[in-house]
This record gives sequence, C-alpha cells and structure tokens, in this order.
Amino acid sequence: MAKSLLFPEFKIERDSNRCISCQVCVRQCANDVHTYDQEDDTVTSKEEQCVGCQRCVTLCPTNALQVDTKKTGFRPNASWSIQHLRNLYKQSETGGVLLTGMGCDQPYRIYWDHLLLNASQVTNPSIDPLREPIELKTFLGAKEEMLDIDWNHDFPVVKTKLAPQLELNLPIVFSAMSYGSISYNAFRSFVEAAREVGTYCNSGEGGLHPDFYPYGNNIIVQVASGRFGVHRDYLQVASAVEIKIGQGAKPGIGGHLPGEKVSSDVSRTRKIPEGSDAISPAPHHDIYSIEDLQRLIYAIKESIHYEKPVSVKIAAVHNVAPIASGVIRAGADIVAIDGIRGGTGAAPLVIRDNVGIPIELALAQVDERLRQEGIRHRASLVIAGGIRSSADVIKAIALGADAVYIGTSALVALGCHLCQKCYTGKCNWGIATQDPYLTKRLNPNIGKRHLVNLMRAWAFEIKEMLGGMGVNSIQSLRGNKEHLRAVGLTREEMQILGVKPAGEGW
Amino acid sequence: MREDQQYRIPSGCAVVGILNQDGTRISGESIIRSIAVMHERSNGLGGGFVGYGIYPQYADYYAFHILYDHRQAVPVTEDILRKECDIVFEEDIPFLETREVYNHPYLKRYFLRIKREFPNEDDEIVRLVMKINSSIDGAYVISSGKNMGIFKGVGYPEDIGRFFRLDEYEAYCWISHGRFPTNSVGWWGGAHPFGLLSWSVVHNGEISSYGINRRYLQNFDYICNLQTDTEVIAYLVDLLVRKHGIRIPYLGAVLASPFWHEIECMPEPGKTFYRSLRIIYGGALLNGPFSIIVGFDGGMFGLVDRIKLRPMIAAWKEETFYLASEESAIREIAPDLDLIRPLRAGEVISGQVGERAHHGQKLTVSRV
Repeated sequence: MAKSLLFPEFKIERDSNRCISCQVCVRQCANDVHTYDQEDDTVTSKEEQCVGCQRCVTLCPTNALQVDTKKTGFRPNASWSIQHLRNLYKQSETGGVLLTGMGCDQPYRIYWDHLLLNASQVTNPSIDPLREPIELKTFLGAKEEMLDIDWNHDFPVVKTKLAPQLELNLPIVFSAMSYGSISYNAFRSFVEAAREVGTYCNSGEGGLHPDFYPYGNNIIVQVASGRFGVHRDYLQVASAVEIKIGQGAKPGIGGHLPGEKVSSDVSRTRKIPEGSDAISPAPHHDIYSIEDLQRLIYAIKESIHYEKPVSVKIAAVHNVAPIASGVIRAGADIVAIDGIRGGTGAAPLVIRDNVGIPIELALAQVDERLRQEGIRHRASLVIAGGIRSSADVIKAIALGADAVYIGTSALVALGCHLCQKCYTGKCNWGIATQDPYLTKRLNPNIGKRHLVNLMRAWAFEIKEMLGGMGVNSIQSLRGNKEHLRAVGLTREEMQILGVKPAGEGW
Repeated sequence: MREDQQYRIPSGCAVVGILNQDGTRISGESIIRSIAVMHERSNGLGGGFVGYGIYPQYADYYAFHILYDHRQAVPVTEDILRKECDIVFEEDIPFLETREVYNHPYLKRYFLRIKREFPNEDDEIVRLVMKINSSIDGAYVISSGKNMGIFKGVGYPEDIGRFFRLDEYEAYCWISHGRFPTNSVGWWGGAHPFGLLSWSVVHNGEISSYGINRRYLQNFDYICNLQTDTEVIAYLVDLLVRKHGIRIPYLGAVLASPFWHEIECMPEPGKTFYRSLRIIYGGALLNGPFSIIVGFDGGMFGLVDRIKLRPMIAAWKEETFYLASEESAIREIAPDLDLIRPLRAGEVISGQVGERAHHGQKLTVSRV
C-alpha cells in the first residue's frame, strides 16, 4: 500500500538520556505509537498514529517524552489551512464522513470572554462568604405565577401544589454523557459525585446500567430519537426525564455510538446487538411537529405520574427563541439549550464546526423572548456548551440561565486532555472507551473525588463573586444583566446579549 | 426623559415614619423636626414627604401630583387626563419660595375620577400613570393615591418640607426621606418617596438585584422607567399585596426571605410556606442593603434586608407607631417612649389605623 499523504499531527521527542526503556509509554498507548525493540533496548515511536492525548508524556517516570503539535513545512496559505489539507487527504483516501469528538474547536467568538462582572463599592457593601451565608440553591422546573394561600389560619397555609422541582445545591448539572460513549467507571464517577454534591447527572441517551438505579435521585434520564434503553423502570427511577431533540455539537442529526464501543454490557444496557453502530435517527420518528412533541411530553408525564419534571433539550440554532417558546408551551418544565461549543462523543466534523450558534447569544435571546411573552416562569432554562470555569457559570446565570450543564469541564476533571478522539473507543485515559484494559485506568473513587473537588472549588468562587456583587442569593443574579458589562463587542452583539458596554453605569 | 434622568442613582439615606393608629391627624411640623435631626444622613440632593389623610374633602378621588419640567408638557398631559378622567378639582401646589430651595419645576395637583366603568379602577390608574411618565417628555406623576399626597424635591428634607408648607396639612401618617445620592444628578422626580396608587416607598439603600426585579416585573406589565430602586420596590409591593394577595406582615418572606438553612429547620406549615414563596418568587427577592418604610392607605410598615445592612428602629408611644433610621429622630418628637426596638433582618413591622397599637408585644413578624 502506498504511503498515506496524511502527515503526522504530532511530533514526539524522546530524550534518550532520560529514557530508561521502562516501556510505560508502550503499554499506555492504545494507538500503538510506541514500540520496544528488545535487541537494541530502545523505544521508537510512530508519530503518524499519535493523537496527542499526552497519556505517555504524563506517565513517563523520567519525563523523557515531549509530544508537540508538528510544525509542517507547507507554504503558508491563509485560505488553505493545514486542517483543510489534512481533511482533504483523509477524505480522498477513505471516501467517508470525517468524524471527531468533543466540542467545536474553531475560533468563533467566545462571548464569556467579552463579559465582565460587577462588584460593590461603598454605597453597597460587598458580602463576605466566609462570614455570611450566600445561597446557591436552585430549583429547576415550572413555577406557578402566583400561589393560592389560605390566610385564615394562625399561620398561612399554601394550598397550591407546586409543580415538581429538581433541587440543586449549586446551579451546575453534569451533562448528558451516555454509558457507551463513556466508560462504566466514568459514569460511576458522575453519579456518585452528583449524589455527594447534591446535584444531578444526565444519563445521556444510552440507557441506565442496573448498577446505577440506586442513584436515581440524582439522575436525569434521557429519551432520544434512538430510544436506547428506554422502558418504564428507566423513566420511573429517575428524578427527571429529558427528551433530547438536539445537541449543540451536531444540531440536526442524531447521536452516534460507533460499534467499537458497543461492548456486551453496553449492548445489554442499550438493548442493541453487541458491536453494532448505534446511530440515532436525526428526528424522533414520532415527532414531526410541535404537537407531536407535546404528545411525547405528556406521554412521559403520564408514565411518571406528573411527579417529576420533563426537560426538552434543543440545540442552539438560528431561530432558537421561538423554538424554546414553543417547547415550553408544549409542556416542557425545563428547556436545555446546547450551544455550538457543546461536546460530543462522536460527530461529523463538518457539522460540529459549522452548525449552530454560540450559547451566550441563544441564552440571552431565549430568556428575553420568554419574558416578553410572559412565560419565563413556566420553565427553567439550563444551558450547555463550553462552560469552562466558575466565571462562565456566573455569567450564564446573569444572562438568564437557571443552571448550566457541564460536560467537557467535568471530563477534564477526570483526566481528559481534549484529543478529540472519543469516537475511536481508544481513550487512553479510560473515559471514552469500553476496552477493559483502558477503562480500569479510571478509578471511580478518584474520579468522583476530582468532580466533587471541582464543584466545591467552583461553588466557593461563585460565592466570592456573588458576595462581591452584594448579592447573597443566586436568585438575585439570575437574569440580572445589570451586573454584566461588555468589552470589545459590536453594538448589535450587545443588543442581542442585552448587556451594556463597559464604562456605562446603571 | 432627560439624559440625566436615565441613570439609576444608588443612594444612602434617612427615613422616618409616624403613624397615629387612633387616626388622629397631625400637622407636618413634627415630621420635619424629626427628619431634620438626621440632617447628616442626607446631602441636599433630595428630600420628600408623604402624608396620608391630607385631602379629606376629596377623599374619593385620585389625587395626582404632577411635576412639570416645562409648561409645554401641561396641555399634553391634561389632554390625556381629560380623555380618561373627570378633573374634579385642580390647582397649583402651594409653595413658599425659600433661599434653600430653588429652580423648582411647575407643580400641579389634580383630583380625578375615572370616566368609564372599569372592573378595576386601580389598574386603569396604574396604566395612566405609566403612560404619562413614559410617553410625555417633562411631565411626571409623583403621587396618584386617594386622600394622600407626595411632596418631594431637590434640597434637604426639612427645607423641602417648608417649601411645600407642610405645617398647613394634617395627616394621620407622615413618612419622610432625606437623600444622599452618590452622584450629583438633582432631579425632583428622582427624590423619594416614590408612589404608585396609595403606596409610597422611602428607601435607604441600594438594590443589587435591581436588574432581575425589573425584568420580573415586566412579566406583569410594570414598566420601570424612573430607573430608581425605589420604583421597583413600590411595584413589587403593589404586585404582591394588591394582585397576589400576600398579607403585609408576610411580605418579608418574599422581599427579604429567610435563608434556606433557616427554612430547613422550620416546623410545618411554615416550612412549606417559606419554601414555596422562595421557589415561586425568586425574581421578587430584594438583595443588597436596604431599609424601607412603605406607606399605604391606613398604615405603614418597615422592612430591612436579609442580613440587616441598613438601620431601622421601631418605637411605640401610646397609639403612635414610629419607624426611623435612627432613634434620635424619634426621641426628638417623642422623648418618652413605651417601647423601642430595632428591626431584625428580614422582619416586617407594621401598624394600621383602627387596630390597637401593638407596642411590640404581639408582632406578626416574617421571621420565626
């Protein structure tokens, strides 16, 4: 076979003075980059196969390895980037749709980085979270417009029965990542962390492994177009059910789980044959209109006896505000919106990088639209797609979100290095794989601890920022755009975000 | 609206309220004396008063106090008023030109009766006030209740009181405000009290939840166009009490609600009550430092923020109920008090004409 035109993406440098030929790198690499030559007692590397996951670099006991992006000798060309050339070579050799993993990595404007937060000075004292309570408690679900209260008692009695709510200790939920796309140990890390932190984790569309049923009080289960693993117990064990219409990484198409990752356990959980690709249809084949969505929402509500909220997840697309409004009018208690930078275990590259809009703009528009229509209280807004820090969380809340989903940040806490090869099933970090040799690398106890630590750290930071703004409940920041100011944005962008330019006072 | 009126002005302040629960009407002299004691809490950029029971001869009509920046706004405004209402009586608001208060706008008052029958006249009045304030350049309705009136302007409160000749009015309830805004915009309409219908609000503090409170109110068709924190408080009180039926002693449960960790420890039915209110009325929670006195037809109440960042003290002397930023302001006019005690965080203390003064013994408080 002719040598491929595909050039290596990474350059592997091995310091021979440091390398002790211990072969850790050889054993750690699922892509078979490193080979040990017994005769010479040396380790050689095939750069063509390296995905840049940094596993070998991290585990090398003598720090002998360095993996860098490889500088190519191509003549610089502003139009024909290296990435374009690479994709052309790859497609001409394979004739297939290019796959990728994780969220869009293209340099579209990240609006979080153009928003600045406020702090109190003099006229309004800042509040010290070390000395005063600051509340992050969040409830997700439909809210009544007003309460029916019987005042003719010694103490007033609320007669209204509140719509079912999810109660969160902080406004962060672990995003939908299915068992199959991630490993059992990764899934276990999430459910256990969610329980300890007092929040929820979303099962994704891959069903729920029987081991996780006891964690139902902290799990939101998903019903997607593939209906994998959906049955009565699955719906009833969860705290909420989410209908997945769209995903930010691949709006307009359904989920992908390559057959390589469908192990026997995954096949049992998903109710599909082992080794078969699990490709969800692009639309739900029982939802061709908003009325159909309404029917599915109520079918699910019936099956869970109206005791738990039903969420609908949509991707942030051009007309997202009216879509969200329609979804709420169809009966959703929570609307989850996933922006263009939302992650995935597998998606066509061209879709991930070119379809959808940034979540910041979608969020601001949806929140404003729902308020104009007077239906903002009828559903909670949870947003997803590129939440990288506690600052992003708090900015999202100020822009109008009730809570955020985090996927990528949580995976990074588990060890992910964003090599974007989740779809290969060869995740060297034991996260996005089902290979038992690889999955055991992720200890769920340590994974859980890392996730809990991350949530704890973010909660502290959010409290510090809230206190600085003179706000002691996150409820008072929700949709409070007065605490945001924009730098370096155009007038139109600020108008869409509903945020004033930095420098302008109240 | 003028450029300098479009900014929200945070401010520190002095507040005081006097309520005769037996309904005795007293002149404005004592409230002027009382607020003058707290001179240092204002900076001469705003002062105001509200008196309840001052127009007994027109008690059934909505009393509009309108402040005109220029005379051109008068005919436009009066056209709108005449279209919707009968003007039973109108006159310039009498004032006394003094050295301290100058550059005052044209001030006029009208006593109105709505022409057509509406299921809810109050809603029509609210709509009319919002219409004038948001659509007419240079005209501001600063007072729109029945048998009550707001008098306010730029200056120290005691000077504003003399300017409006308040010693010539008699009210069963007086509330006053001295303002310490943190910038120099001096605009008569921006002074306190802020009023809507018979509600009047004086406020010491800054609302850090303003952005969301304003958007929450939009849901219920309240348009906040004066850009003051106080406006938001008045609308919230109107929404909660008049439209949603929340009883005044329990307003603290919404506006300055107890913390979740406190609610967790409460017995039923309090637990469900507070929990439900917090879940439903998250957008109405007021955050940031504040102490407010809210006057209404027949009474007044005081409320301080969740962690008591601003002062407020309540006192009782026989049938008179006092609220003030500082004890000295009360002692000035009532040296011997039956009972005096500070408000706790999130606590509502209210008094009403006709009910016996509570003397702080059997208070309905929003915090258990």
